[in-house]
Amino acid sequence: MEQTLSDDHVYLSLAEGHEEDGEARWAFGTGFTDPLHGVDTAVPAGIDRAELAACCLALGDDALVSAQRLAQWCTLAPELEEELALANIGLDLLGQARLLYARAGQVDGTDRDEDAYAYFRDPAEFRNVRLAELPNGDFAFSIARLLILSAWRLAVFERLAGTADPVLAAVAAKGIKELTYHREYAADWVVRLGDGTEESHRRLQRGLDEVAPYLDELFADGPESGSLADPASLRDEVTAVLRQVAEAAGVELAEAAAPGSGRDGAHTEHLAPLLDELQGLARAHPEATW
Amino acid sequence: MSEVNGAGEMGGTSDVSGVSSVNGEWPLYEVFIRGKRGLNHVHVGSLRAADNRMALTHARDLYTRRNEGVSIWVVRSNDIAASTPDEKDSFFDPSGDKVYRHPTFYTIPEDVPHI
Repeated sequence: MEQTLSDDHVYLSLAEGHEEDGEARWAFGTGFTDPLHGVDTAVPAGIDRAELAACCLALGDDALVSAQRLAQWCTLAPELEEELALANIGLDLLGQARLLYARAGQVDGTDRDEDAYAYFRDPAEFRNVRLAELPNGDFAFSIARLLILSAWRLAVFERLAGTADPVLAAVAAKGIKELTYHREYAADWVVRLGDGTEESHRRLQRGLDEVAPYLDELFADGPESGSLADPASLRDEVTAVLRQVAEAAGVELAEAAAPGSGRDGAHTEHLAPLLDELQGLARAHPEATW
Repeated sequence: MSEVNGAGEMGGTSDVSGVSSVNGEWPLYEVFIRGKRGLNHVHVGSLRAADNRMALTHARDLYTRRNEGVSIWVVRSNDIAASTPDEKDSFFDPSGDKVYRHPTFYTIPEDVPHI
């Protein structure tokens, strides 16, 4: 009798190990794994430390800036469920940024921690691609951007999973699963909007037209190129994915290029206000803990 | 229910077939999760989504983000047939005094799980 009742409480029956230790804390989750568990953090011989640090920093900055933009949808998304979805994706990226910054600090000789990179660098020191920092615009714009960034980042991470640095490879392997979901989420929405009403189609097409000029920058030679397997095929692979989704959605991918690159620290006017918001608290109270 | 929820603005769900409510609001779904060691799917809550596919992704984002589940079921709330509070007495009270319906007179061996 008692045993049959144990399933009556939803959280109890979901919690792992509740019968043995009585510590059923469903809300905190169970069975988490450390992506770096068992990974040797020593930098292997023969690796160019400066190049590895620059690669980690660039990919970390993409993730941090994207996470901040996604978090800005909180209280503003069209539906509560979408708000959660966008925030979740942002948190995945924030997790990637933390691991990448930590690795950058280990290999660039400065021994900085992740906070030093996130909070105490100025806009010109950030190396994220400009597409990540553009303001959120409407939902269609954000979805168009998310599709492009996640399709690109997924392809990059797949090329990093076998890279020489074991830590970067492990971070990439973890990220691949996250990014696969991000890309799927965005692609679902691109098709929904493109195939929806006249208005949703119009807005999606406008969003895609607005992000198009920033596509070129993603495929230019950057600090991460040296760590990628087969970097030459990156553009074709990502473009093929984007074309497939665009075709299903009935929209066009425009060809345009905005000269310059965030990878060189040349950012749009939108990055500084974003960092002001992100860094304000940490800079006002440098020793604060929370 | 609120008049405006942004759904019309972003997706125009009002003309998607299957939307039941008058305001173009997405239909309600019930969510069932099977935990890692759970034997059966357990109801964890509800959410709104335009269709089954979206309901699954929403459920994934709302109810499994802390590593709770390995399987998700979603079902339109409208499709669930439920007993009503009015029927409570006639449905459930008659079993209240029939202790012999419970297997309390047996000794259950300790190594038999899930009884």
